[in-house]
Amino acid sequence: MAWQWFHRLGSPRWFYQKSSAWLPWLGGAGLILLLVGCVWGLGFAPEDAKQGNSYRIMYIHVPAAFLALAGYYIMAICGAIGLIWKMKLSFVVMRAAAPIGAALTFISLFTGAVWGKPTWGTYWVWDARITSMLILFFLYLGVMALSGAFSREQSADKASALLALVGTVNIPIIYKSVDWWFTLHQPATLKLTEASTIDPSMFYPLITMIAGFYLFYAWVLTLHTRSLILQREWRTQWVRELLGQSSVATGSTR
Amino acid sequence: MATETMATGNEGGAGDNERLEAANGSGFFTLLRTELLLALRSRADIVNPLLFFVTVLAMMPLGIGPDPDMLARMAPGLIWVMALLATLLSQEALFRGDFEDGSLEQLSLQPQPLYFAVLAKVAVHWLVTGLPLAVLSPMLGMMLNLPSAGYLPLVISLLLGTASLSLIGAVGAALTVALRRPGLLLALIIMPLYVPVLIFGTGTVQAALDGYSYSAQLAVLAAILAAASALAPLAAAGAIRISLDH
Amino acid sequence: MTSNLPGSLEVRDLSCERDGRPLFSGLSFSLEPGSAVQVLGANGAGKSTLIRTLIGSADDFSGDIYWCGTPYPSALPRMRQSLLYIGHKAGVRRGLTPLENLAWYGATRSDALRALEAVGLYGYEDVLCQQLSAGQGRRVALARLFLPSAPALWILDEPLAALDVGGVASLEARMSGHLAAGGMVLLTSHQPVNLESLLQVDLANYQVPWVSGADHLLDLQEVHSGD
Repeated sequence: MAWQWFHRLGSPRWFYQKSSAWLPWLGGAGLILLLVGCVWGLGFAPEDAKQGNSYRIMYIHVPAAFLALAGYYIMAICGAIGLIWKMKLSFVVMRAAAPIGAALTFISLFTGAVWGKPTWGTYWVWDARITSMLILFFLYLGVMALSGAFSREQSADKASALLALVGTVNIPIIYKSVDWWFTLHQPATLKLTEASTIDPSMFYPLITMIAGFYLFYAWVLTLHTRSLILQREWRTQWVRELLGQSSVATGSTR
Repeated sequence: MATETMATGNEGGAGDNERLEAANGSGFFTLLRTELLLALRSRADIVNPLLFFVTVLAMMPLGIGPDPDMLARMAPGLIWVMALLATLLSQEALFRGDFEDGSLEQLSLQPQPLYFAVLAKVAVHWLVTGLPLAVLSPMLGMMLNLPSAGYLPLVISLLLGTASLSLIGAVGAALTVALRRPGLLLALIIMPLYVPVLIFGTGTVQAALDGYSYSAQLAVLAAILAAASALAPLAAAGAIRISLDH
Repeated sequence: MTSNLPGSLEVRDLSCERDGRPLFSGLSFSLEPGSAVQVLGANGAGKSTLIRTLIGSADDFSGDIYWCGTPYPSALPRMRQSLLYIGHKAGVRRGLTPLENLAWYGATRSDALRALEAVGLYGYEDVLCQQLSAGQGRRVALARLFLPSAPALWILDEPLAALDVGGVASLEARMSGHLAAGGMVLLTSHQPVNLESLLQVDLANYQVPWVSGADHLLDLQEVHSGD
């Protein structure tokens, strides 16, 4: 029973049809949370005693950094599922997750640099976290470059899944070694297991933003997966029917 | 001469048992011997990475100036980064020849796990690149004005570290072997994975130069090597099977 | 003669696809000791995919393949012990001599010399393979078939390509001898092969019809003709 469900989930067509029902909820809830979080965080949260208003970039920076790392694991886990159970859909999600994760990593690097200028007086320092983030960005780029280099989709899927897995094994080692390399860095301000060091009035908008980013991520990932499914399956009857007659023209120009 | 060694290595068993024997443990040393023979026959592949290593390092003072103090400060990092690049560039060819002539496919069909074949190839790659690089490094240290306390840790860290580099790079080489021009792509996907080795490699030398004990850094390098030799050939073997089905 | 126990290769209702395009389906045949199968089919019909599936390098297939009654993929380690595969790429290392190449495949020196003589490479045994011609390189690979330790199941992709008339005759004689000794041969070839008890499997008979309306692939051409 469960197995059957698993295999149905593996079918890109099934996913495409089911996911259209999730999309408005994911997107709507995500956007509402982001909007609330932004207004709350940027408009109503108190000013920081030391950093003034510039700390507010944290409301973008921290959620983006969270998801940049989580996104890599999501990508790698999808790749592993694809490799082990030969699930087509899983590979598609993995491929869709790579550019989104890379974009989020870039956003967190960029916002970090913007935040760094008023705080440390420079856009870039070779701090442990920034360096780790940069290496994560390179790991994403590597997966994307490798998957783009193959002409066969199946080979691209398997090869990039394997690379993502190798990266996953390495990420903790890379983080630890970069940490060791640069022991002088800001202590983590947000630890979900311990009491937070930041004020609740600043913390709640941040949590809202993180939740909003997660939902937004899920929404974008679903959207991108759907478009990749259409690109891959454009020769099948169901996609042609879905897209109507116009599919003939778009199909042949691909 | 070389033919003799190959033949004597195989004269032990009766003809019928040869294949079965190759499937057993003795197969690893047959693989190792063949790889070594092949490596020694293509000398350019051995010499070129070393020449690259020396040539590019000789460019460094020209680029950053001949100030001995500055060179001494930069020497560990420069030597390590160049060792990284030399290993990486030489690794593109690791599986290429075997892929193109079909012997990689034949290896993948052996009852013996591909793991050992990869391990043999990587071991030989290290013997002809990493080992000479490490041996050569004191000379470059001298040219870059490396203080005398740095020589021993430099050589030891390079011996341990380049073996890890060869192992990790083998995964990238296996992933890209079916592609036509993998050179830059190989660097792009493997460089981030080299980071820990680079950090602890230079860290070893730096610690020695600062007058501290460097055994902890060496222990980490050894641990990385142990983990890499267990996992990297597995990943590379999987990557080879993916590339063969390209 | 053969170094392994005789087995049999059985293919039941095999369907393969490549890059989402179905190649053939419902393919069934069996290869018993002493018999040979020639796989026929146009370019792109799926001969290479079939061979890759049979040697266990590709696993996107539906249907069953059995070696000695055990299904793939659990039968693969045992099947590979009895397998001699010569693919499109010969598996001859250019940096080794023919003699060393055969030694790499586990041959003794005297056996290897005899095998090289049988394929007409007498006198070339110590020349590096990169100095041999393409045809000679191919012969080095085929010399594996002439080793007394050659295993039971031969899967050969276009073994007759690039061989002259004499080479073809000698290879056919060798394959006949192998079959007579209880071996098995599966080969692809565009030219007729002179072997007794040769079963011909034409992949053209197993092509997948284009089913419209089902969740099935349509041919590229059909889409292109639509605009």
